[in-house]
Amino acid sequence: MSLLGVRDLSVAIGALMPVDGVSFEIAPGETFALLGESGCGKSLTALSLMRLLPPAAHIARGEVNFDGRDLFSIPESGMRELRGGGMAMIFQEPATSLNPVMTIGDQIGEVLRLHGGRPGRVSELLEAVGIPDPERRATEYPFQLSGGMKQRAMIAMALAGEPKLLIADEPTTALDVTIQAQVLDLLKDLQRQMGMAMLLITHDLGVVARMADRVGVMHGGRLVEVAEAKAFFRGPSHPYSQRLFAALPENLAKPASQPQDQTLLEVDNLAVHFPIRRGFLQRTVGCIKAVDGVALKVSRGGTLAVVGESGCGKTTAGKAVLHLLPPTAGTVQFAGQAVTTLAPRQMQMVFQDPFGSLNPRLRIGQIIAEGMRAQGVAGEVGALLEQVGLEASMVARYPHEFSGGQRQRIAIARALAVNPQLLVCDEPTSALDVSVQAQILRLLRDLQDSRGLAYLFITHNIAVVDYLAHNVAVMYLGRIVEQGTVDDVLRNARHPYTQALMAAVPRIDGIVGQRLLVPGDPPSPANPPAGCHFQPRCPHALAVCRETYPEATALSGSHAVRCHLFAA
Amino acid sequence: MKPVLLWSDALFFLLIAVAVGGAWWGRRQAHLRAGWAQVWTSRRARISAVVLGIFFVIGCVDSLHYRPLLPQEEGKPPAHSVEVLSALDALLMPLKANTEKTYSAPLANELFAKETLDDGSRGFPALKYPGAHVFGTDKVGQDVFYLTLKSIRTGLLIGTLTTLIMLPAAVLLGIVAGYLGGWVDDLIQYLYTTLNSIPGVLLIAASVLMMQVIIDTHPDWFATAAERADARLLALCAILGVTSWTGLCRLLRGETLKLREMEYVQAARAFGVSRLAIMLRHVLPNVMHIVLIAVVMDFSGLVLAEAVLSYVGVGVDPNTISFGTMINAARLELAREPMVWWSLAAAFVFMFAMVLAANLLADAVRDAFDPRAAK
Repeated sequence: MSLLGVRDLSVAIGALMPVDGVSFEIAPGETFALLGESGCGKSLTALSLMRLLPPAAHIARGEVNFDGRDLFSIPESGMRELRGGGMAMIFQEPATSLNPVMTIGDQIGEVLRLHGGRPGRVSELLEAVGIPDPERRATEYPFQLSGGMKQRAMIAMALAGEPKLLIADEPTTALDVTIQAQVLDLLKDLQRQMGMAMLLITHDLGVVARMADRVGVMHGGRLVEVAEAKAFFRGPSHPYSQRLFAALPENLAKPASQPQDQTLLEVDNLAVHFPIRRGFLQRTVGCIKAVDGVALKVSRGGTLAVVGESGCGKTTAGKAVLHLLPPTAGTVQFAGQAVTTLAPRQMQMVFQDPFGSLNPRLRIGQIIAEGMRAQGVAGEVGALLEQVGLEASMVARYPHEFSGGQRQRIAIARALAVNPQLLVCDEPTSALDVSVQAQILRLLRDLQDSRGLAYLFITHNIAVVDYLAHNVAVMYLGRIVEQGTVDDVLRNARHPYTQALMAAVPRIDGIVGQRLLVPGDPPSPANPPAGCHFQPRCPHALAVCRETYPEATALSGSHAVRCHLFAA
Repeated sequence: MKPVLLWSDALFFLLIAVAVGGAWWGRRQAHLRAGWAQVWTSRRARISAVVLGIFFVIGCVDSLHYRPLLPQEEGKPPAHSVEVLSALDALLMPLKANTEKTYSAPLANELFAKETLDDGSRGFPALKYPGAHVFGTDKVGQDVFYLTLKSIRTGLLIGTLTTLIMLPAAVLLGIVAGYLGGWVDDLIQYLYTTLNSIPGVLLIAASVLMMQVIIDTHPDWFATAAERADARLLALCAILGVTSWTGLCRLLRGETLKLREMEYVQAARAFGVSRLAIMLRHVLPNVMHIVLIAVVMDFSGLVLAEAVLSYVGVGVDPNTISFGTMINAARLELAREPMVWWSLAAAFVFMFAMVLAANLLADAVRDAFDPRAAK
């Protein structure tokens, strides 16, 4: 007997049918993953199960059976009992899902009150989701909690009504990988303890591999494949699922291009500090050391990937290299010349957000020509567009007429327009779907081969690094903790943080293996811990780690690590 | 006949030319065309635009001024009247010329107050033009309908010329403050914070009275009474402009602060594009929707402000016909027994129609252009 039965569910928005005839079942205690790219209708499916569709959308046909009741015949007043009590939902963005002016305890207490729980259960719940010191945390406001903590509090809220089905809509997409690993483990443990069923909505095959019992793949509003997770990862049967697997960066064929020996960009001791001003006179009382003594080297035609979690200073470092942000200290040398004011035109940047990086009021042709005009470089816009896989006839269109992937191609064409030798790519694929990401990565690779471009590639996605990079630098709290070739860092990681980072990445082979989970959250760069920044979370911390920051230790000609464990 | 171009006429026509030119330029901008197309899908917006259009036509006709030729006397060169008339006066000559002795109710056949008649008895004297005054006549017997039509131009001028004066300052200072930051930002912020802390009415009263003194001490500057009244009207627009640019400036500064961090601005900086070019190409077009919304929304507020200021006595010249002066006069009329209500009612209805139309159009414009508005 299934807990949830969905038959032929269709959701209409005007004449569009974003969810079109979806049928699946979830048994009690089972985890069913809905997998799909953005816009495939997976979130709308979940919202229609809760009957929380946005006003423009309505259920066109189909039926949903939950716990033996026909969901669509229950009056709205009855739904209130069911929401939170029968099924509960966790949303993607913990920052906006909590009310900023209510304490965590009050927000969880509200759910308990509505669903007849004891008010005293607040701290029990907070403890169950792994929040240390629950009594105190219950009296705190959301802004006092880190992102991971907020998502845990959201989970506690969802559990307060003891639901039979938990709907998790991209529960870890907004979180860093080490936090994601913690939250996924937590969800799995809680599910086992409480015997809940879970509908997990995600775009990430790795998350599915780690969590799901069964998988449903959605594409264009239809459920194209439903399979047992094990069978699915052994060999997906639908062509679309196969394409999804093929597009994973780890499955892309790695062409062999070798960088030249000549150093193109050399960054030494780069620091960016933001002052913290307090009080009436705005006196500087301290500073946030976003980037604190970073040294990097990029060879001509090579790719250096800077890897780290959000807030580690990798984007700030990238902007400081270009002098888009003034560095507090340090030197940047490009092709033997010191960069002191604005970077020369041979260095350009590609940004993360394909929707924010193009001026919506300018035509594509004007956008691309801007740099050429400012720098007095001759070139043809149409040819550039063709080089990035678009058509020359698109110059007269506006950015809103393009998809995310196409916009990112335009942004790349804009950077290429001034014939740069180095591109600083700031998470250029993290806002894109996996199939589009694969295309952009291939494009970057092809451009490197044909133009001899060098990349400073800033990312949090380890799989992308493996595909594209020659060298890797791992950043933690403004400093580089480990640096070396791809093989050194990705397959022979020595620093405990790098090891934890690698282990936390959800892998599609589902091998959890010997996992090394780091507890806690990254500390604030305004107030870094004494000694080694990683020591409060490090499982191997020594006494010396609490006292001094480790110097770099060379493990081989290419591999260096800053950790006391390896100090000679 | 000798055409007269008052300063306010010139500015008003300049503004209309700018608006027409802007509309012609905007036709080729896809986002503007789409926005306006959405505005016109609303029936309320279309009706409001037609009503406002009628008011604007009346205002334009009323802005074509001339001095009529006086009947030529023997042996003297042709002379022009010192009274400045407008094309609207010429069209409405019967209304303007057909004055009564004093108050008469709408469409009445006799005066409103009893008088001693020629035969010695007390009674209501018959009107010279019975049944011709749709909204009645005022204290000196002028047709109220004529007065309301003449008030339209004053309202429109205040609503539009003020915008013309404040817009360049608000846009320029707002964008510069937001984009450049640092001491420029501090300076501009102090400027508008200071201006905002002075009570607006006080500032307006002081400036208008000062202007009045200047006008009174230099009678030789003005050939006619109309020019004197016009100077005071312009002074009022200027001072309203000085006090009203701060709100828009603050909005634009905030929006620019946000846009400055947008990645396309960063990309332009990475290309070495100059700061002026970034402000013109990347910031200005992306704040135009705010400017457009602010202009349409401010219009109705300014028309109402004129009425309030004239009522307080620091508005337009007492000889200028405006909604404010009509309402001011109505203060005493309402105190009479029986009450004289029609001149207030006429001013109210016309001003209400104009402001309501402007507000409804502003709502439609905001819905179409504000990216935050729910669609």
